[in-house]
Amino acid sequence: MDLSLPALHRYAQEMRIDIIRMLHAAGSGHPGGSLSLIDILTVTMLKYVGRTADNVLDPDRNRLVLSKGHGVPALYAVLARAGVIKHEDLITLRQIDSPLQGHPHNVSMPAVEAPTGSLGQGLSIAQGMAMAARLDGSARRTYCVVGDGEMQEGQIWEALLSAAMYKLDNLIVILDYNKGQIDGPTNEIINLEPLAEKLRAFNWDVQEIDGHDVEEIDTALSNAQRLDGKPHFIIAHTVKGKGVSFMEHPTEWHGKAPGDADAQRAIEELQAQLTKEA
Amino acid sequence: MATATRVSFGERLAELGATHPDIVVFDADLSKSTQSQLFAAKYPERFYEMGIQEHNMIGAAAGMALSGKKPFICSFSTFVVGRFEAIRMSIGYSEANVTIVGTHCGVAIGEDGYSQMALEDIGLMRTLPNMTIIQPADDREARAAVDFLATHQQPAFLRLTRQGLEDIHDETYRFEFGKADLLKAGNDAVIFATGGVVYNALRVAEDLKGEGFDIRVYNIHTIAPLDAETVVRAARETGRVITVEDHSIVGGLGGAVTELLSEQQPTRMKRIGMTTYGRSGSPTGLYEYYGLDTAGIKRQVLDFLR
Repeated sequence: MDLSLPALHRYAQEMRIDIIRMLHAAGSGHPGGSLSLIDILTVTMLKYVGRTADNVLDPDRNRLVLSKGHGVPALYAVLARAGVIKHEDLITLRQIDSPLQGHPHNVSMPAVEAPTGSLGQGLSIAQGMAMAARLDGSARRTYCVVGDGEMQEGQIWEALLSAAMYKLDNLIVILDYNKGQIDGPTNEIINLEPLAEKLRAFNWDVQEIDGHDVEEIDTALSNAQRLDGKPHFIIAHTVKGKGVSFMEHPTEWHGKAPGDADAQRAIEELQAQLTKEA
Repeated sequence: MATATRVSFGERLAELGATHPDIVVFDADLSKSTQSQLFAAKYPERFYEMGIQEHNMIGAAAGMALSGKKPFICSFSTFVVGRFEAIRMSIGYSEANVTIVGTHCGVAIGEDGYSQMALEDIGLMRTLPNMTIIQPADDREARAAVDFLATHQQPAFLRLTRQGLEDIHDETYRFEFGKADLLKAGNDAVIFATGGVVYNALRVAEDLKGEGFDIRVYNIHTIAPLDAETVVRAARETGRVITVEDHSIVGGLGGAVTELLSEQQPTRMKRIGMTTYGRSGSPTGLYEYYGLDTAGIKRQVLDFLR
């Protein structure tokens, strides 16, 4: 697989189309947070986690926990790109006999590391995975993608406190900061700001980037490989619904699947962007 | 000699550390009470002090289990099982091989009162389809249960007492996972008892023999999966079923037996246990107050049998 930055950018754009197709076929799900997440997930999973069909069960694999489980269409799309899921199976999302559950489930789909979808729990699981790597003397890294809404959960701050206490510098958290949650803009629900200051005060290494710029994502993840005694937190500013003009809204497309007309329009837009970029 | 099952647990777990390198232990600022301190002292590199963070402890243990470790997570049962939603997702649904060790169960914890008493924990854990639930009734059984759980490959809940428990078994005892443990034969009625009140229930049955009632007694150390075959057979053979537990009569052993028999062998039943929030008081005073001492159990059993 070509892991150059232009290629990763192109994959992410193509996967936006996968996401729309999956959600359209399922008739329910979360486009806004999947589209905001896809650039982050593409670079992290393909280049840094290095997931392939051959290492899904390798004890020494790097892990990625998608704590914001409702973004799972993006995760499945990336796993398909990695060759772990058949591309044609993506459209079975949310069907009763599909391993592609509506939120991540490790038992249904072993390439998923942990069950998530009840917000705020994934970071704790990732912390445990980082602790296990430390205990094993393994160089494997654990990545965790969190959403801004779930940063309101108390359990997240428990994990932020204790991961720093345990100096888990093999733990890398990326925030998909798309500024929206179901009931409205995050800063009007429970504001996280000033977030970087809070995280630095919790003894985390903090970087702040554009979460749609693959070069910035790559640089931040590269920086986060440092073993300097601090866990790493990347605040990735994103746009909910990114890439589909009429979905780029903080909340409207949080949990609504596109119907026939909207799906067609979205795919046409995304294909036009791909053609233009090529 | 009366031994608290939390002590049996702590001592045995610390011994198993030597032969089970995959065991890791978590505690949430109660290691002196749960006795996980004994493991911590011998294997500090495999002991994780999580502070007062039960939610995070549940998740971190799940992450450890999903990475091939065998975590035991320890706290007062009400504080850890009370974080039920984290358990259902991060441990239950993920099939993470975590043993949740809940100590300080039941009204017998005494003076600290209801805030520290787990009276609903079995009921919550019973709702999870893959959760093993074990509640030992004496020192030997508790040690054997820890041995069993050290190699068990499923989510599990081990329910332990703060107070010392009298021995009910001798050195010939063998722990059989999932099997009801016959303590006394009899055909006039059957008592299924669990945990800290098994000893009292057995005394009552022995006492009532002199009053013309020959009551069969089983110790139910494995509440899930319940030994359905034995429970149904005993109900059929005796026609009268009593459950005794230091837990709410809703959802616990009484709930489990009632649910089973209502479908497979409808039988007259009496559930003895807690029906209110608990109070502060001495452990013996509270057992007397709530009818869980031998006099109280005997009174309720006689009311039911007459």
